[in-house]
Amino acid sequence: MSLALMPILTPNRFKGKLIVVEGIDGSGKSTQLSLLAQWLRSQGLAVAFSEWNSSPLVRDTTRRGKKKQMFTPTTFSLIHATDFADRQERYIMPMLKAGAIVCADRFAYTAFARDVVRGVSPKWVRNVYRFAIQPNLAFYFRVPLEVALGRILGGRDSIKYYEAGMDLNLSRRIEESFRLFQGRILEEYDAMTQEMGFHVIDATGSIEDQQAQMREVVMQKLSDAIATGQILQDERAYRANTAAAPVL
Amino acid sequence: MPIPPPLQFYNEPLPGVDPAELQGKLIVIEGPDSVGRSTQVSKLRAWLEQRGHAVLDTGLARGALAGKGIADAKEGNTLGPVTMTMFYVTDFADRLENEIVPALRAGFVVITDRYIFSLMARGIARGEDAVWLEKLAGFALVPHAVYYLRADVPTLVSRVVMGRGSFDFWESGMDLRFGPDMYDSFIRYQTRVIRALDRMSKKYEFKSIDASKPADQIFRELQRSIGELFPAKRTVAKKRRSASA
Repeated sequence: MSLALMPILTPNRFKGKLIVVEGIDGSGKSTQLSLLAQWLRSQGLAVAFSEWNSSPLVRDTTRRGKKKQMFTPTTFSLIHATDFADRQERYIMPMLKAGAIVCADRFAYTAFARDVVRGVSPKWVRNVYRFAIQPNLAFYFRVPLEVALGRILGGRDSIKYYEAGMDLNLSRRIEESFRLFQGRILEEYDAMTQEMGFHVIDATGSIEDQQAQMREVVMQKLSDAIATGQILQDERAYRANTAAAPVL
Repeated sequence: MPIPPPLQFYNEPLPGVDPAELQGKLIVIEGPDSVGRSTQVSKLRAWLEQRGHAVLDTGLARGALAGKGIADAKEGNTLGPVTMTMFYVTDFADRLENEIVPALRAGFVVITDRYIFSLMARGIARGEDAVWLEKLAGFALVPHAVYYLRADVPTLVSRVVMGRGSFDFWESGMDLRFGPDMYDSFIRYQTRVIRALDRMSKKYEFKSIDASKPADQIFRELQRSIGELFPAKRTVAKKRRSASA
């Protein structure tokens, strides 16, 4: 991996921790993240949740662009970065400062995969996200294309224009375009796995197995921060956890 | 790093745009808030059209994609500095790809009221990293000329007070509260913006114009300089005038 392509994200100097999940549509990452968030809450920890492309400030612009098919690869990339900037400035950063565990469903890596498939330069889009806070943990739910497609195409009535990468003119048939587009995104994720230090989860396994793996990694990584009280804990849960320890 | 020739990309090519197809002229009017840019742009437009050039004029946050979103965001109270930069860059990219590039392909003269330099200066004034901003906006085309209407802060203050008659929240940098009230914040914020633009001046080859001069005099300076961008050909109007003399 060339040094020029190494992302220079902003180091997380805050008390809280950032956990992100990545993977193609149908990889099951959202299900896994919400199970993880529930579990962390049940442990008495403060958990915040942020989803890709969900800023209320940017919503109308994204909607207009999609509805009228106004996006180019560059503006598509930039509006998602604007969306992320808003969520980070307004929500993710304050929560990290306060000592929460922030769970993000998709992160800059989604842009590094998707936008590059759309044709923007890998170097440029990595610079765009330099303001993004470096996750403490990034899980990549790896799944073969056909498995993901089976989950998506079975359960949904319609795939949308940009989701299917129809703007790339890969195919005039929307299902075929979706297939080709997701295939290319999968290749990009695989190619950056090492560069980004992803924890790869085999997303063909059972939901329970995947969740157990996730929790194990999270415990390893965060137990110190929890023990030292660096991560925000519910006062009662904190007392319950420390009650067992001998008090001199 | 030297600046590439006009109508090449500064840093990063835009997917789908071949600079070899571009033939018009790209003219940038830069400068801080309230310095009199829009007056000059409308005069230039009329003058260039009289000379027989097709003109497109454009400016920040006027794009079809993000213009309204930016206006709405500025009405609220949650727009953060990085989000603002990103939103404006999105709008700039939209206008570059959908207005400026097609106009240049068709041989128009494009006059733009501010360019990436104001976006960068505002970001720098708000504490963002200059190198990040430069690469972020690196897909911009190099203009044929950048005219920098330069004024000091006291001049801007008197323009605001005598002109609009009140300070604007964003032009005063009140989102970051550089001072206890709009006046103090305006002074400090605009000082930072001007300092950032001054620092870009040499690298990006700005042609600096003293904006405290009367508007007519500034316009004549612009005319003289912009006239040189076109091959020396006498216009029809001039020929007729000299024939009748």
